[in-house]
Amino acid sequence: MTIDTEATARAVELDVTEVRRDFPILQREVHGKPLVYLDNSATTQRPDSVIDAMSDFYRTSNANVHRGVHQLSEEATDAYEGARDKVAAFLNADSTQSVIFTRNTTESINLVAHAWARRHVREGDEILLTVMEHHSNLVPWQLLAQERGCKLRFLDIDEFGHLQLDHLDEVLNEHTRLVSLAHVSNALGTVNAIPTIACAAHSVGAKVLVDGAQGVPHGPVDVQALDCDFYAYSPHKALGPLGIGVLWGRRDALEEMDPFLGGGEMIRDVTLERSTWATVPHKFEAGTPSVADAVGLGASIDYLEGLGMAAIRRHEVRVNEYLLQRLRDLPWLTVYGPADPHDRCSLASFNDNQIHAHDLGTILDQHGIAIRAGHHCAKPLMRRLGVMATARASFYIYNDLDEVDRLVDALFEARKVFGLAT
Amino acid sequence: MQGLDDLYREVILDHYRTPHGADSIEDPAVRVEGFNPLCGDELVMELSVDATGRIVALHVEPNGCSISVASASMLVQQLSGKTLAEAIALKDTFKAVMRGGSWPEGQDFGDLEALEGVKNFPVRIKCALLAWMTLEQALAQHDPALADQVEADDDIEVKTH
Repeated sequence: MTIDTEATARAVELDVTEVRRDFPILQREVHGKPLVYLDNSATTQRPDSVIDAMSDFYRTSNANVHRGVHQLSEEATDAYEGARDKVAAFLNADSTQSVIFTRNTTESINLVAHAWARRHVREGDEILLTVMEHHSNLVPWQLLAQERGCKLRFLDIDEFGHLQLDHLDEVLNEHTRLVSLAHVSNALGTVNAIPTIACAAHSVGAKVLVDGAQGVPHGPVDVQALDCDFYAYSPHKALGPLGIGVLWGRRDALEEMDPFLGGGEMIRDVTLERSTWATVPHKFEAGTPSVADAVGLGASIDYLEGLGMAAIRRHEVRVNEYLLQRLRDLPWLTVYGPADPHDRCSLASFNDNQIHAHDLGTILDQHGIAIRAGHHCAKPLMRRLGVMATARASFYIYNDLDEVDRLVDALFEARKVFGLAT
Repeated sequence: MQGLDDLYREVILDHYRTPHGADSIEDPAVRVEGFNPLCGDELVMELSVDATGRIVALHVEPNGCSISVASASMLVQQLSGKTLAEAIALKDTFKAVMRGGSWPEGQDFGDLEALEGVKNFPVRIKCALLAWMTLEQALAQHDPALADQVEADDDIEVKTH
């Protein structure tokens, strides 16, 4: 993570008890136990302020955007475009116009695969990915490769789940058109060295797309400091609503790209035979957008910035330190990913050497603990690790050390259920 | 925990620790692989049927959770030496039970009855069904006339060889 100085200066630590009060769902019980929500890498929960902002929009300002001259439409448009301003500032984007709203990270990546790559990638060209990618950053490129006859290459990981940067020059060359990789691995938690990779990619003339689905929630993100060309993320993994995604792109790259979807909103003029396109970002936003979700996204950014992204990152490192220490004390557990909590976001992927991850998931659920068990939409990575599945506990701003203890207690209980020694 | 004790009964854990059907068979007439794409569980099944329509050899290599492994192991335990008609009848009964039905009166289904507790964990029912839906494909491969036994299912995919 790059930590910007302004955020670092705000040295206030996160008050987890205070934070928890803002999340109504954390009051509920599951199977008679207080909920311990550790599936934040799948989606986080939402604070009251986000839920209220969305419901207030529907109650007071609901209308379609960018059309209509009436008051409500104007308010809705301001709310929608205001959210774009917030995202731009949040990511330190070069301009507000370079922020595009999509449905999710997957759609953002597909947008680049269609609107940029289909213009620039030809037979014999190469796209560099990594073995740790989520399916959403693999499948769009596989489809492109089938269509264009380009070649996909992959950067491997070492035994600790770090990308093998010393092998970068073996997979990167003058044929590479694009390097597309995760900012943070959703299955290992590894934080990748984006600026280093971007520098190498640019030196051979390749563009860089960063899948920031797991990057944005966990610390300050500055797309200019990362030196990438495109950055995609899903606000629902950072307190925002489900159903809206973000793509940031360098203005010059976006300007020369073709549209993605055709329809209303994205045109300048339409005749029966042909059309001309609206300017960016609207060129890429065909159809009525999810305005209330954009409003909720704006509120989620306000909430996160109120806490301070640097403070969130420090909280995560503190929780992760304790989490890794407690999990490594269990001799029957294999914990995947980097050893140093500073090199990862606050999630742990692990396996009991005798209990399958799905069984752990079921047993933990009976203790009120929500984790993810499975391949995490990263089957190639699972094969690389030589496993079918892992259990993944992912923490966020409302999870504290006592929930690490609840998790570990339940892992002991699972051993008991299976009649195994502890 | 009542729910967990009901799911992870000792007999299920016994099958998980030492599954039946682990020994490979020579020149199997049929080999199929079942997958549960949602969770990644896999299962290889091989079987041979004699001229009288009796299952004379059955081998499974389950790679998954305790429920899918135990269910596959119980399938081998129950079906080895049975006729194809008996295998189909048991398969249909088991699927019906997993989907909310009851065990037919007056019959003993052995260890298989212990999987009853899975019904209370809806997301795990697919785990218990993997072996049995893989069996359907194996039967169809053995005899194309049994192709109507194969139930299309979005969550379970079976490859034939």
